[in-house]
Amino acid sequence: MSDLPLEHPDAAKLEGMQHEQQYNFQLAENYFFKSEKGLNRKVVEQISYYKQEPEWMLKFRLNALEIAEKKGRPKWGPDLSGLNFDNIYFYIRPQDRQGTAASWDDVPPEVKETYQRLGIPDAEQRILAGVGAQYESEMVYHSLKEEWERLGVVFLDTDTGLKEYPEIFKEHFATVVPPEDNYFAAVNSAVWSGGSFVYVPAGVEIEVPLQAYFLLNAQNVGQFERTLIIGEPGSKFHYIEGCTAPAYNTESFHSGVIEIIVKEGAQARYTTIQNWSHNVYNLVTQRALVYKNASMGWLDGNLGSKTTMKYPSCYLMEEGAKGEVLSIAFASDTQWQDAGAKMVHVAPNTSSTIVSKSISKGTGRSSYRGLVQIHEGAYNSRSNVECDALLLDEQAKTDTYPYIEINEKTAHVGHEATVSKLNDEQIFYLMSRGIPEDEAAALIVRGFLEPVAKELPLEYAVELNRLIELEMEGSVG
Amino acid sequence: MADSRLEIKNLHARVVDGETILRGVDLIVPKGEVHALMGPNGSGKSTLAKIIAGDPSYEITEGEILVDGESVLEMEADERARAGLYLAFQYPVEVPGVSIANFLRLALNARRDEDDEIGVMEFYNKLQNAVKELNWDDSIIERNLHEGFSGGEKKRSEILQLLVLEPKYAILDETDSGLDVDALKIVSQGVNAARSPNFGALVITHYQRLLNYIVPDVVHIMVKGKVVKTGPKELAMELDEKGYDWITSQLAA
Repeated sequence: MSDLPLEHPDAAKLEGMQHEQQYNFQLAENYFFKSEKGLNRKVVEQISYYKQEPEWMLKFRLNALEIAEKKGRPKWGPDLSGLNFDNIYFYIRPQDRQGTAASWDDVPPEVKETYQRLGIPDAEQRILAGVGAQYESEMVYHSLKEEWERLGVVFLDTDTGLKEYPEIFKEHFATVVPPEDNYFAAVNSAVWSGGSFVYVPAGVEIEVPLQAYFLLNAQNVGQFERTLIIGEPGSKFHYIEGCTAPAYNTESFHSGVIEIIVKEGAQARYTTIQNWSHNVYNLVTQRALVYKNASMGWLDGNLGSKTTMKYPSCYLMEEGAKGEVLSIAFASDTQWQDAGAKMVHVAPNTSSTIVSKSISKGTGRSSYRGLVQIHEGAYNSRSNVECDALLLDEQAKTDTYPYIEINEKTAHVGHEATVSKLNDEQIFYLMSRGIPEDEAAALIVRGFLEPVAKELPLEYAVELNRLIELEMEGSVG
Repeated sequence: MADSRLEIKNLHARVVDGETILRGVDLIVPKGEVHALMGPNGSGKSTLAKIIAGDPSYEITEGEILVDGESVLEMEADERARAGLYLAFQYPVEVPGVSIANFLRLALNARRDEDDEIGVMEFYNKLQNAVKELNWDDSIIERNLHEGFSGGEKKRSEILQLLVLEPKYAILDETDSGLDVDALKIVSQGVNAARSPNFGALVITHYQRLLNYIVPDVVHIMVKGKVVKTGPKELAMELDEKGYDWITSQLAA
């Protein structure tokens, strides 16, 4: 830790710090600290200071802030006018988060009820609601952890990753998603906190998925998480983030950046099912660089939030690289799920697949926004896109924005899109077998999602099904 | 029990806000019997089948449908199914992504109390027996409901479901249409396997052919939205020889 900055002024003198009397008992070791609301240079400096980061990270953050200020928000896509940075805390010190988020009593009854109906254990409910500290499966995690350590696998929260593996970290960090990439990536770069840091050494295959909830503690739960995953040549692994239970958060803005580097011959998969509470703007950048004969698969499920903008992408950098995005979106009343995928073919004989399944209900709107780009010289590259939308009622909306840019004559690109409505004949048929109307509708929806859902680990598929049943209750008839 | 029957009384019905199709149907299928319902195209046979099952695209303007003496008119299609009615559809729909096994387990559990779901082994035994009865391969149960099925396979699936769900009364709507002789035999074998003192069926068909394999106890003939003639199984043969004109001319006389 010799590279930590030593010259920061005394914490108590920092402007914008808020001590709160009721937490004074903690002051001996833990300051109660939130940054002031809003995003500015001072906030960014404070974040870096409290994390005791190396100088280069502070500079990186400040530079990113400048980029964000210059760039401004995107002028396309969903309406973000309700997202006011002046009302948002960009940093809450992790050890204080539980005190600020909520006590269990403050968690809205409908969120608690959903947890119960999903059959989520008590302790896990509390963590999801942001008020718990320990996870019951810690024992399981510890035995896995020993196994991973034996293999040389690093699996840490990102802040710890930066401290313990500064060289690997610095070599790869922000090389996949630089702050210049887009406005929200720049914002994240300025204020990031938490996320996972994963390093899988060459040739190491991990059977059991690395699950973010193993690290689920105050450190890891973040609005601006930054995940960095490095798969060395020939490695094979599956990382799972989030869960289908609604994550309750008092803050209304989530903007993560996920960077994955899949080196030669490695096989990586990243699964995320997100179900943020319906006040959240969920704006995430997920990208992988995929090298020679390596493969990357994103499985991305977006169920919650108010507005989602999320387009997992694969940059197929070298010959034989493969990319896949399987995506599920469920937009119910007042939600806008703007999700899709990006496949950039840079090298010859690369291939990509996008399968997007979206469902809109009530005043919900789901959009598929996708880009397939085949660069000149990416000979014999192939891409196949299938996007299917299901509308559950008359009001529901869906739209498709497929962008295809091909600069290579030998490329093969296929695109198929369908829009269907919940079919009365199917409902009647299922009802004629004794299945109640709402269950019939849920069954049709599950069937619609099945091509993607079958790729989920079993426990996630089960939770997804339960969740869809909850969403479908009282939605027809 | 005197009331052990499916009874249709003076049933009048139309497409919702549309054309009147049934104009006073009277029909009784006692439990333990198989009846045939024949008639020319457009006579309302299929409409009757869908109305009994509870198709919401039709409305009943007069009359009654009674299952073992209880009216089902106020019941939705799913409640009617749980009350013991079953319709083998003429054109079964496809439900992509839903396997036959999952679908049937859900349908069976819908008939049971929430804390009394069918056991996995019990379910699979039941399903496999039905599959065997229809000379089908076990792998069929993992296929998605009618997705990519041929016309004949769809009809076979309707009978498979009948065998698993064990309704009190089944209506088979032109289950023979589009089947070759071999398929016809298999489907008939399935229906005959379901025959029991606790089961009644109304077999709707345009042709006498099916009735060589599923021999009915009684034959009804329907013309222009009414049952105009009821008789023994020989009536079907007579109809086959003389054609539907024979009935219509009799009616005119």
